[in-house]
Amino acid sequence: MKLKGSQILMKVLKEEGVDTIFGYPGGAVLDIYDALVKTDIRHILVRHEQAAVHAADGYARASGKVGVCLVTSGPGATNTVTGIASANMDSIPMVILTGQVPTALIGNDAFQEVDIVGITRPCTKHNYLVKKTEDLARVIKEAFFIAKSGRPGPVLIDLPKDMINQVIDYAPPEEPRMKSYNPTCHPNKKQLQKVVKLIRDSEKPAIFAGGGVVLAKASAELTEFARKAGIPVMGSLMGLGAFPGTDPLWLGMLGMHGTYRANMATAHCDLLIAVGVRFDDRVTGKTDAFASNATIVQIDIDPTSIHKNIPVSIPIVGDCKTALKHLNKLLDEADLSGLSARRRQWLDQIESWKSTRPLAYCQSGKIKPQYVVEKLYELTKGKALITTEVGQNQMWAAQYYHFDQPNHFITSGGLGCMGFGLPAAIGAQVAAPEKLVVDIAGDGSIQMNIQEMATAMQHNLPVKIVILNNGFLGMVRQWQELFYDKCYAHTCMDFAPDFVKLAEAFGAVGLRATTPEEVEAVLKEGLSTPNAVIMDFVVEPEEGVYPMVPSGAPITEMLLV
Amino acid sequence: MNHEKHVLSILVDNEPGVLSRISGLFSGRGYNIDSLCVAETTDPAISRITIVTSAEMPVVEQIKKQLNKLINVIKVYELTGSEFVEREMALIKVNAQPEHRAEILRIVDIFRCKVVDVGLTHYTVEVTGTEEKLSALITLLKPIGIKEIVKTGVVALFRDPK
Ligand SMILES: Cc1ncc(C[n+]2csc(CCOP(=O)(O)OP(=O)(O)O)c2C)c(N)n1
Repeated sequence: MKLKGSQILMKVLKEEGVDTIFGYPGGAVLDIYDALVKTDIRHILVRHEQAAVHAADGYARASGKVGVCLVTSGPGATNTVTGIASANMDSIPMVILTGQVPTALIGNDAFQEVDIVGITRPCTKHNYLVKKTEDLARVIKEAFFIAKSGRPGPVLIDLPKDMINQVIDYAPPEEPRMKSYNPTCHPNKKQLQKVVKLIRDSEKPAIFAGGGVVLAKASAELTEFARKAGIPVMGSLMGLGAFPGTDPLWLGMLGMHGTYRANMATAHCDLLIAVGVRFDDRVTGKTDAFASNATIVQIDIDPTSIHKNIPVSIPIVGDCKTALKHLNKLLDEADLSGLSARRRQWLDQIESWKSTRPLAYCQSGKIKPQYVVEKLYELTKGKALITTEVGQNQMWAAQYYHFDQPNHFITSGGLGCMGFGLPAAIGAQVAAPEKLVVDIAGDGSIQMNIQEMATAMQHNLPVKIVILNNGFLGMVRQWQELFYDKCYAHTCMDFAPDFVKLAEAFGAVGLRATTPEEVEAVLKEGLSTPNAVIMDFVVEPEEGVYPMVPSGAPITEMLLV
Repeated sequence: MNHEKHVLSILVDNEPGVLSRISGLFSGRGYNIDSLCVAETTDPAISRITIVTSAEMPVVEQIKKQLNKLINVIKVYELTGSEFVEREMALIKVNAQPEHRAEILRIVDIFRCKVVDVGLTHYTVEVTGTEEKLSALITLLKPIGIKEIVKTGVVALFRDPK
C-alpha cells in the first residue's frame, strides 16, 4: 500500500487510540495538519504551545490515556519545553510531535531549525528524530509504548518535513519489542512476605502514598490494603486522591506544608510503607531526620527512585497495583488477631495530634483564601476535577479540598510550574466534558497562560477559574516574610488587570467577591454558569500557608498558625 | 567516604545521540567521568562504552540504575569488584636531544613499549597497560621533557573462568 508519511502518522495514531490532539500549526507541520483534518481526530487549537503540553497533561490525567501534542519546528518546539519538563517530573504519559526542517537542511541553521531532540533529551523519558519514513510507524508505536509503560513519561518525536511528505510502500509495523527496554513489573514475592511480617510486628505503622499509586490505577488496592491492615495513610502532593481524603485513616499531606499529624506520624512511626513515591526534598525535609525511627519499605516501579534520597530496608521494584494486590492476598492469609488492640495507643496518639493541631487559619474581616477553598469543596461535594497553578493557591487547594478519588487533583508537582492550571483544566475538561473542572489559581500564575481563555471559549470548554487574588506572588512573599526580614523584593504585583473585565473581553463570565459574605454567592453563581468563568476573590494579601517546615529542616520543626 | 574508581562497561544501541544521552546523564546529575571509550562491538547494532567514574558506593549504584533507565542502554556491567583486565594506551612525544636518547630507549625497553615515530628532536612512544603503568612511565619521562601526550582512556573486560 502506498502511503504518505503524514497518512502513516494518522493511521498509527488512530491505531494507538488517539482521539484528541492539542496543537498549534506552522510551516513544518503543514502536511500533518492537512492529513489531520481529514481524520475524525479532534484538534484543540491552543494559543501557546506550552499550553498544548499542559493541556495534554491534564487530559492524560483526567482520562488515563496518553496525551498527544502537535507543534511546528523551531519556536513551536521550544515553547513546549516547560510543559514537557513538568510532565517528565510528574511521570505523565504523553507523546509530543514536533515538526522539523527537511533532513537535508538539518545542521544548516535553517529557518526555524532547532535541535529539539538535543534540547529535550534530559527532560523526556525518551525522544526520536525520524530519519527514514520507513521507520515512522515503528517509532510512533514505540513512543506510545514507552510513554505509558513502566514509569510513564513524555516521549518526543521530531518529524523532518520530508519524512512526512514522502510516499512509501507501507508495511504495518510489528508490536514494539525493544531489547533495551523492559520495565520490571512483577515485585519479588519474598520481599512482599517480609512486609506482612513487619506489619504484624509493628506497633506504629504508617503508609506513605504517592503519585505512583495514582498512575498505576492502584487506589482501590491501596485502600483495601490500608483498611485491612488498619494502617493510617498520608500522601505526597501527587498522591492526593490515591486514598480517600475523608477516610478516618487519612492523615493528609506530608512534608513542607503537610499536616501536623502526618509529619509527626512520619517522625514517630516504627514502620513506613512507601508506595509510588520518590522522597522529594519537599517531602523529606532534612533527610537524616526523616522517619528515623522506622523500618522503611519502598515499592516503586522505577529502581532509581529507591535508595536515591532515603535509604530503605525493604526495596521492592515493581508495579504497585500488582504488589498491593499480592499484599492484600497475603494479609487475608495472615493471622492479624490482636493487631488492632496493640495499635490502639498509636491511633489515639495520631488522633490527639489531629485534635490539638488541626489545619487552621485565623478569621478576619477580609476573605481568607482557605475559606474560599473550603467553600468550594463544600459546594462541589468534593466531586470537581481540581487543577491548580503554583504557589500558595496550590498548597491551600491541597490542604483544604479533600480528594476521595484519584486523578481529581491535577497539579504541576515536581516542576512547580506557574501557568499550568488553566491549560491543564482545559485538557481535563476535554477528557471529562460532564465534570465540573476548576482551576484554583493565584493572581500571578493565572497571568502566565491567561491567553488560553480564548482556547476554552473557542472549544466551548466551561472551565471555572477561582483566583485567590492576594496582589502578591504570595508564596515567594511568604519566604521573604519569614526568611528575608519582610523585604518584599519584586513580589508585589502593583498592577493587575481587572479580571472580571478580562473574562468579559474573552466572552466568558467574570465575577468578583471582596467580602467573606459574598464568597458563597459568587461560587454558587460561577459554578452553575454553563460557560467559562473567572471568579476573582480579593483575599487577605499577606496570608501564609501553614504548617510550614523551613527548607532543609526536619519535618517535625513546623511553623504553625 | 572514599571516592573509589569504578569501571563500568555499558552495551548500548549503536545510534546517533546515544553517547550524548550518556554523557548528558553524567553532567546533568553531577557525576564524574574520569575517562570514556566507545566503539562498535562485533554486532554493528551495538556499541560498548567503557566509563571510569569516581564516586561513593551509593552514588555508583544510582549511576548504574540511571544508566539502565535510558532506553538505548542494553546492559550495564560494573567490572570493579570482579576479576577483569584493563588496558589503556598512550602516545607520548618526548624531547629527544642526543644526550637523552639512550636513556629514553632504556626506559622504553624496561616498560616494554615502542618508539613509533622518530624526529631530530623527539621520540613518540606508544605504551599500553594499566593506568598505573602509564603513570609510572610518564613520571620517568617527565624530567626529560614531554612535549605532548594523548591517552585513550581505559578499556576493560571481565576475565572468564580459565
Ligand atoms: C514559571 C515559574 N516561575 C516562577 C516560579 C516561582 N514561584 C513559585 S510560587 C510563585 C508565586 C506565585 O504567585 P501567585 O500565582 O500569585 O500565587 P500565590 O502564591 O499568591 O497563591 C513564584 C513566582 C514558579 N514556580 N514557576
